[in-house]
Amino acid sequence: MDHPLNLTVDGQEHTLAVDPRTTLLDALRDRLGVMSPKKGCDHGQCGACTVLVDGRRLNSCLALALSHDAAAVTTSDGLATDGELSPLHRAFLEQDAFQCGYCTPGQVCSAAGMLQEAADDAPSVVTEDLEAPVDLTDEEIRERMSGNLCRCGAYVNIVAAVSQAAEESR
Amino acid sequence: MSDLLATSAIGTRQVRLDGPDKVRGRATYAYEHPVDDPLYLCPLLAMIARGRAATIDTSAAEAADGVVHVLTHENAPALQSTDDAELAILRSPEIGFRGQYLGAVIATTPEQARHAADLITVSYVQEDHDVELREDHPASRPPESGGGDVTVGDVDSALAEAAVSIDQRYSTPMEHNNPMEPHTTIARWDRGELTLWTSTQGVHPTRSTLAPILGLEPDQLRIVSPHVGGGFGSKGVPHADMMLAALAAKAVPGRPVKYAVTRQQMFSITGYRAPTLQHIRLGARADGTITAFAFDAVSMSSQTKEFPEEATKPARMMYAGDNRRLTQRVVPLDVPVPSWMRAPGEAPGMVGIEIAMDELAVASGIDPIELRVRNDPENDPDTGLPFNQRRLVDCLREGAERFGWDERSSQPRTRRDNGWLIGMGVASATYPAGRQPGSVARIRRTSDGYEVAIAAADLGTGTWTALTQVAADSLDVPIEQVELQIGDTDLPNATVAGGSTGLASWSAAVLAAAETFRREHGTDPASGAQSQGEAQANPAAEKFALHSFGAHFAEVRIHAATGEIRVNRMFGMFSAGRIVNPRTARSQFIGGMTMGLGMALHEKGELDPRFGHVVNHDLAEYHVPVNADVAEIEAAWLDEEDPQAGPLGARGIGEIGIVGAAAALANAAYNATGVRVRDLPLFGDAFLPR
Repeated sequence: MDHPLNLTVDGQEHTLAVDPRTTLLDALRDRLGVMSPKKGCDHGQCGACTVLVDGRRLNSCLALALSHDAAAVTTSDGLATDGELSPLHRAFLEQDAFQCGYCTPGQVCSAAGMLQEAADDAPSVVTEDLEAPVDLTDEEIRERMSGNLCRCGAYVNIVAAVSQAAEESR
Repeated sequence: MSDLLATSAIGTRQVRLDGPDKVRGRATYAYEHPVDDPLYLCPLLAMIARGRAATIDTSAAEAADGVVHVLTHENAPALQSTDDAELAILRSPEIGFRGQYLGAVIATTPEQARHAADLITVSYVQEDHDVELREDHPASRPPESGGGDVTVGDVDSALAEAAVSIDQRYSTPMEHNNPMEPHTTIARWDRGELTLWTSTQGVHPTRSTLAPILGLEPDQLRIVSPHVGGGFGSKGVPHADMMLAALAAKAVPGRPVKYAVTRQQMFSITGYRAPTLQHIRLGARADGTITAFAFDAVSMSSQTKEFPEEATKPARMMYAGDNRRLTQRVVPLDVPVPSWMRAPGEAPGMVGIEIAMDELAVASGIDPIELRVRNDPENDPDTGLPFNQRRLVDCLREGAERFGWDERSSQPRTRRDNGWLIGMGVASATYPAGRQPGSVARIRRTSDGYEVAIAAADLGTGTWTALTQVAADSLDVPIEQVELQIGDTDLPNATVAGGSTGLASWSAAVLAAAETFRREHGTDPASGAQSQGEAQANPAAEKFALHSFGAHFAEVRIHAATGEIRVNRMFGMFSAGRIVNPRTARSQFIGGMTMGLGMALHEKGELDPRFGHVVNHDLAEYHVPVNADVAEIEAAWLDEEDPQAGPLGARGIGEIGIVGAAAALANAAYNATGVRVRDLPLFGDAFLPR
């Protein structure tokens, strides 16, 4: 039996009814036609489905849609405001931080979430001083972006792009 | 030699034209084409490796909510041709490998399809299976296709007389392409015509393969694939998943059927690199000159369909030696069908060859770069033809300079830093410079520019951008005036994006079309003026051995106590002719090297001999490199153009980045520790103190 669900996706409100087995990712892609988040593994192992839910990055394939009733979901498409690419998007373009592009919206959302986590001084496993402000070194970026696989092997460029965006936002 | 095209857009660091859509997630991949009222497919897979499905009870599935149709061999639509046993699915209850398709459920939602597939019960008649590759396997035989054995001189005598010799066995494991976008198809039959929105490295080659099997004329099958989420060979030829979607859709005419292969299913359905066993013997004079080169390779194949992973391929042309013996064998087993994976043949073959060369360097006391220089042949040892541009030595020397090879100690275990042993390694890279004939480009003048249509593919290779640059220079107009159309069988024929031939082959068609267009319509053509041109075979291929070359350098650190291996840096120096787009080319080289890092340190499909399936069939357990595994990887290339490659002067670069990369890392690991690992991948236990 389907159950009612309210979602705000990239600023747009949706009301729908979904099967309790439906993941947030499938609700977005199959029900709402929001194709920016991708399905790469459906098991939370690749990060292609990463979206921001209430500001935090999340593997939407591991979330049941009904657990996120009334949530605000932001996809990489939603990070563009008024059709203008965000600084993070532009950094990905300039650094050629992707090839096939399939993991890219997830990488972008993950980077956006990660930059906020770092700005909030949340440490990672490679952070030396847990009390000090986070210095986003390349090592920190690599560690914090390791939940997002890229089989084309654009990692060195992804690090450069995230680093560029972090510099610009300073 | 042909005249080289004058360049303006070519050679510039153009940002990807498809990039703005891709970073936002607006580029349309296979699953994402808007279709009305789709149905969803969930397959039924064989749970034994050999035998047959005695009964398949679909009654509960058929009664389940939302189920529209259940497909098995008992009700599957007829096929016109069943010669290709990988693609001629659902013909009988016979089972050739675990994970083979036995049927499918089509339902209104994905959840319903999956649930109903679980309700199907199958009773099996199981037969003994064999999935274990061994060098002395009784079923070992020469491949049905391939280069054949090579025997020159007397290898055994030369080895016996050699001042220095190496006799070692190497192996490469089962590896899986794992493009990030799973193989996906939306299939819809409409009044006897079939449309497949899918993810493929070649819409026309895929149509040429599938149409005769389905009993369709080419114009009754349309294939659409504008954006491909990676392939690395696995989307180079159609696999059974496309057939399953097509057959399922035939049962529900007018309704689109969506099927995205799951990550787990990809390990048995969409191809993989077969494991290889390599026996290499090298004999040399005291100065390192090779006198004997013997390479006996065995690769795993499938009883269902043969695919030889020809590890001996690069041995034919890589190094000289008066006495040579190359043999390639395959062992067909009860396993899924292997297929192309980035640089088939070259990638695994250059693991054994380049580690063996490192061993020969150690045994003869010669620097590994100098050893390769001394064995660099004047002409192709296989055909006797001169090379187009064999600049391996330039790559080795220039690369060594840029990498800082002089910091290397030739003695293992001499560089230490805080518990880590540090080492450097080198290996050569090579890949054929192929160009396929037959692609056709159509150029049409529009009100504000030129429409260039050719059914090429962009799987992250940069085709949207680089081919636009080529078209702009061919027409001598700014790139803003070119509107490229690719990825649809409604566009003129294009050969596959495979074997590093894509851009060179399609560009030849674009160049021919532009020449014809200017001849027919001049420089101020009326709107609507149109011409087309076809790519011809490269005439230089008859007079020259056409190859690209490169050199990989790597520095690794291995923890003396734990054996943990980390890559400090990798550097690749390549000779690939003219580079069309330095921004995207660098990415492609680095991407190949990153996959080489995975090949060296992470990737291995663990085939369970008891059940015949890959146990680690997902991305949590089949490890590919993640961001934290990759510190510093850089690529550079010689500033050159290759006149033998045709007017473009460019050779393909999709594959050479992976070739030799794993060997450079293995050689660096030896230099760090003194432990020689000959079986990939290099797991940490190999370096533990014994």
